[in-house]
Amino acid sequence: MQTVFQKPEALTDVAMHYCPGCTHGIIHRLVAEAIDSLGIREQAIGIASVGCSVFAYDYFNCDMQQAAHGRAPAVATGVKRVRPENIVFTYQGDGDLASIGMAEIVHAAARSENITVIFVNNAIYGMTSGQMAPTTLLGQKTATSPRGRTVEEMGYPIKMCELLATLEGPAYLSRVSTHDSRHVLQAGRAIKKAFEVQQQKKGFAMVEVLSTCSVNWGMTPVNALQWMEENMVPYYPLGVYRDVTAKEGN
Amino acid sequence: MPRGEVIVNSELCKECSLCVAACPHGVLGIGKAINSKGYHSVEAVAPEKCTGCTLCAVMCPDVVLTIKRRSPERK
Repeated sequence: MQTVFQKPEALTDVAMHYCPGCTHGIIHRLVAEAIDSLGIREQAIGIASVGCSVFAYDYFNCDMQQAAHGRAPAVATGVKRVRPENIVFTYQGDGDLASIGMAEIVHAAARSENITVIFVNNAIYGMTSGQMAPTTLLGQKTATSPRGRTVEEMGYPIKMCELLATLEGPAYLSRVSTHDSRHVLQAGRAIKKAFEVQQQKKGFAMVEVLSTCSVNWGMTPVNALQWMEENMVPYYPLGVYRDVTAKEGN
Repeated sequence: MPRGEVIVNSELCKECSLCVAACPHGVLGIGKAINSKGYHSVEAVAPEKCTGCTLCAVMCPDVVLTIKRRSPERK
């Protein structure tokens, strides 16, 4: 018998605080596996955000820095410019990146900062117990939209990949999902690619990972994956929105 | 002899059942024992059916599972 799956080295032994079935844990592991497979654990510097993933610094077995709410791309910009030999990534949720941190992410992308952004979109504010986020779907019920999100009152959910794809700056933009094992494996390949783009000094790379929040959605973890596939994937289409390495035929 | 083996780190399990749903052969189930967090940990209820495909571990959010597989040359 040979071991074919085990905890990646880039994750610590600390038990994660996430709720049962939270796909943050899966995405943490995918990031750690990408770091291990590229052999960059000693070079990697992660920037943790604010939200459920605030404790990411306890879970990743590499150098970590905590940023103020939404400011992870700005902190990553500073770290990468001072230490260009390091591999710098941010790990941000949708409340952090698409709401309070909208200015930072747009300008980091426009400047094509050579950083990797892992954007976890679960369409709700998880940490503060389920308020409406900029990414909450139309009709979706949350603590602050109890009758469901309406266009008249709250406007439309923001599609970050499409929004950033209007800029010249980004080198790699991709949206992936975690609703079944096949898509989790695809997500892992996209995250690895986003690190490779930074290694090749191509510029800004972001992977948007669709994620669940079963507790605040009011579902079992298994049903939450199904809800995500049936409701989030149609509104947030999966795919590669920018890949400069493909244009060059690499 | 089964082709694969699932090793469960029961203390990390949160009883979310994503691995149970992901397994195509019904190897895993929620057990009766309670871990220190108060969850019923997953266990291999039909270990003889395991093929070592790793789909359960791929879906596990807490890296509870380690998977071993018989190497092809030993078949």
